[in-house]
Amino acid sequence: MAFDIAGTTLNSRFFLGTAGYPSPLVLQQAIESAQSEVITVGLKRQLADGAGKPVQNAQGQGFFEIIKQSGARLLPNTAGCYTAAEAVTLAQMAREVFETDWVKLEVIGDSYTLQPDPVELVQAAGELVRLGFEVFPYCTDDLVTCHRLLDAGCRVLMPWGAPIGSGQGLVNTYALRTLRERITDVPLIIDAGIGSPKDAVQAMEMGFDAVLLNSAVSNAHDPALMADAFRLAIESGRKAYQAGIIAKQDLAVPTTPVTGRPFLLA
Amino acid sequence: MTTISVTVNGIRHTVAAGTTLDDLLAAALPATHDHPTASAVNGDYVARHARRLCVLNDHDAVTTFEPITGG
Repeated sequence: MAFDIAGTTLNSRFFLGTAGYPSPLVLQQAIESAQSEVITVGLKRQLADGAGKPVQNAQGQGFFEIIKQSGARLLPNTAGCYTAAEAVTLAQMAREVFETDWVKLEVIGDSYTLQPDPVELVQAAGELVRLGFEVFPYCTDDLVTCHRLLDAGCRVLMPWGAPIGSGQGLVNTYALRTLRERITDVPLIIDAGIGSPKDAVQAMEMGFDAVLLNSAVSNAHDPALMADAFRLAIESGRKAYQAGIIAKQDLAVPTTPVTGRPFLLA
Repeated sequence: MTTISVTVNGIRHTVAAGTTLDDLLAAALPATHDHPTASAVNGDYVARHARRLCVLNDHDAVTTFEPITGG
């Protein structure tokens, strides 16, 4: 199951978001169940007095301590940014705070669908690559935009399956299949829109390298159990892809190698 | 003493002319020294190591950022 991404070898193809869990303890349990080696985090502008009460688990550990202790690589995002300039600034802050060059680049172009703005996204990606970042762009399934992101220096792409948090699964399988067929030399990670483990299986069976999801786990009744379900789904889908899935056909084909009919009574 | 007016996360502060970003954060947000906090002046990122060199000007807007969970 190991694979290389941005010069790093990972054993898990399950990237997990850390937002929206009922408690830090549940988040901790979900990370453990998922066995994720990459988890996403964010930055927010502080309150007026800069003294927001830190969220802690039963052991008194804040979220930041929990994610550090998880041992997973951190992938900070630029959530909330609508321009390349904002995203570049936030990425630099994230690099300082989280001590990583990895950044999940989000530049939103539409507040209703949270669809990425391809123009600002490509511009920001180019600038961040020049600043030494390893850019994981959250993008749509548009092939040409993906090529432009690669031209800008990205070594991994994260096309959406569906709008963030929608749980719709893989909405445009034609576009995603085309993307995978046309871009074979860099990792493609399905990011956003995953609702159920079957969506993750589908993505992995299509040959995508990994899946990043958050809400499908954090909003489940039992996030840790759902994280385990997704872990198994992602492993299953990957193995199926590697094993080779048979082609669909209309005609039935007998599987038992009998010789004609067993009884000829007529 | 000449003073300038700046804001920190929207709250106005009157400080001495020549005050650096490092000085201001130490006074206004002392927790920033102990916790991972990023800073910007007028929307431009100022790295932690550069705060002591960043002399503030009248009407500067300082914003600080802290780590949160994220998807």
